[in-house]
Amino acid sequence: MNTKVTIAGVEFKNPVMTASGTFGSGMEYSEFVDLNRLGAVVTKGVANVPWPGNPTPRVAEVYGGMLNAIGLQNPGIDVFCGRDLPFLRQYDTKVIVNVCGKTVGDYVDVAERLGEESSVAMLEINVSCPNVKEGAIAFGQKADALFRITSEVKKHARQPVIMKLSPNVTDITEMARAAEAAGADALSLINTITGMKIDIQRRTFALANKTGGLSGPAIKPVAVRMVYQTAQAVKIPIIGMGGIATAEDAIEFLLAGATAVSIGAMNFVNPYVTVEVVEGIESYLERWGIEDVRELIGAVR
Amino acid sequence: MKQKITATVLSQKEIAPDIFDMWIATKLAEQAVPGQFLCIYPKDRSTLLPRPISICEAAENKESLRIVYRVAGQGTKEFSGYQAGERISLLGTLGNGFPLEAGKGKKVFLMGGGIGVPPILQLAKALGQETRGCESRKRVVHGQETQEQGTLVQIIVGYRDGHLFLADDLSKYGDLYLATEDGSAGTKGNVMDAVAANGLEADVIFACGPMPMLRAIKQYALEKEIPAYLSLEEHMACGVGACLGCVVKTREIDHHSHVHNARICTDGPVFEAREVDI
Repeated sequence: MNTKVTIAGVEFKNPVMTASGTFGSGMEYSEFVDLNRLGAVVTKGVANVPWPGNPTPRVAEVYGGMLNAIGLQNPGIDVFCGRDLPFLRQYDTKVIVNVCGKTVGDYVDVAERLGEESSVAMLEINVSCPNVKEGAIAFGQKADALFRITSEVKKHARQPVIMKLSPNVTDITEMARAAEAAGADALSLINTITGMKIDIQRRTFALANKTGGLSGPAIKPVAVRMVYQTAQAVKIPIIGMGGIATAEDAIEFLLAGATAVSIGAMNFVNPYVTVEVVEGIESYLERWGIEDVRELIGAVR
Repeated sequence: MKQKITATVLSQKEIAPDIFDMWIATKLAEQAVPGQFLCIYPKDRSTLLPRPISICEAAENKESLRIVYRVAGQGTKEFSGYQAGERISLLGTLGNGFPLEAGKGKKVFLMGGGIGVPPILQLAKALGQETRGCESRKRVVHGQETQEQGTLVQIIVGYRDGHLFLADDLSKYGDLYLATEDGSAGTKGNVMDAVAANGLEADVIFACGPMPMLRAIKQYALEKEIPAYLSLEEHMACGVGACLGCVVKTREIDHHSHVHNARICTDGPVFEAREVDI
């Protein structure tokens, strides 16, 4: 049975990855799961300098999911390369680094710095975080802005580039086409959906940031739909994510057209979920006598 | 080591309005440190995130843990319905716990307010053990003797009203002082009022409770120039330091985050008062 998938020339031992921001740099969850079992670890967004993030409360639970407004707190690229990458190098898994910035120059700085790191397999460009005022989503909600940042990053990046798309747009296929036209090697979607919760006891917003990104099983049908639509619109591979809790969920995304999947909020609910999904996909292939996981990709049209 | 396990509820009862007392059979009791917490997962899949709840007590035989919690929302409401025999999922033991060494041989305040009282019990047990039945330390306080190594455990707990949950348990491990907002028991007011009313003094403070109480304790500790170890809480998602949801502002740049934020779930929940901006 083959579980390997290839994205932009990079081979992954299986299609299961972690979603950026939910898995740190793997250290915290390495106490629970064997990182060697994962297709890739996608790290928390990193900028050229440390970012303090938003005030608390930063997280709130909602029906079937959660809202977060962490605000991309990160220790900066130097600490990331000096501490987190050496940690990840101990494992036989691919490393995808999520990159964030306030300006095009910030993204380019980080991409260039990571170009020196041979242990980084791919870059994932975060143009879709809804929780920061500058950068991030400002580049991800207009096709021309997305085209521009994708082209700039591609000019300077040594590794293949994944553009992480926001669902907070009118037509995700328009954004996907813009990224593809600008040279993106792959797409990942969906980032969180902007939401809000009001605390009726305190009569104020549940999050200090007022709005936050909705994730968890509540968003899965939206994510599957967007992956399906995007798969019809572009030729580059898609990493699908949004509320994946089980192998069955992951297989839905593959059938909808994703080449790989990422698991996010459910790590908080079940720290073993990533490896359980890897094993569940293997059982599914076995049960249905499917020789190659790639047969599932985009099989439902 | 942190583990997610399935454990069995041994008993549960309501010990004050909306305050529940649950014993859980788990070997995590062997590693539990006073001030650490568990994350308990609701079964209802609409409430996904684990609920962080402090450990109140570990059984002497190290085979069970006690939690005392307030029903605050859907998750804790579900927990309050569990009967003996219920199988539950939990993650533990989490957080750093109180630094016991800082209190040994000293005059200590163990201060708890409201639903911050429960973790004070295991702490009082740990610090009070060595001085149980030892009266000499008290004599030192009254200035009649000078040589003494025991720990003077002064437990000061504040409640809203006369529902003094855990007060009887606490009284076994130290000198207990009460404060109630309505004046129905002990000093009328808060824990700081009880300190003043009883003329108490300390070399070090350990505390858990609502933020206004912790701020007042920090202020007191700064004035007296004594250390105060405060157990903080914040909304959490992962409980293991990955999501960066539950941070507190720190005075210095944090060694892990490289910004002025520490993670309450893993770097805390206990911080020395001067380290954090609360």
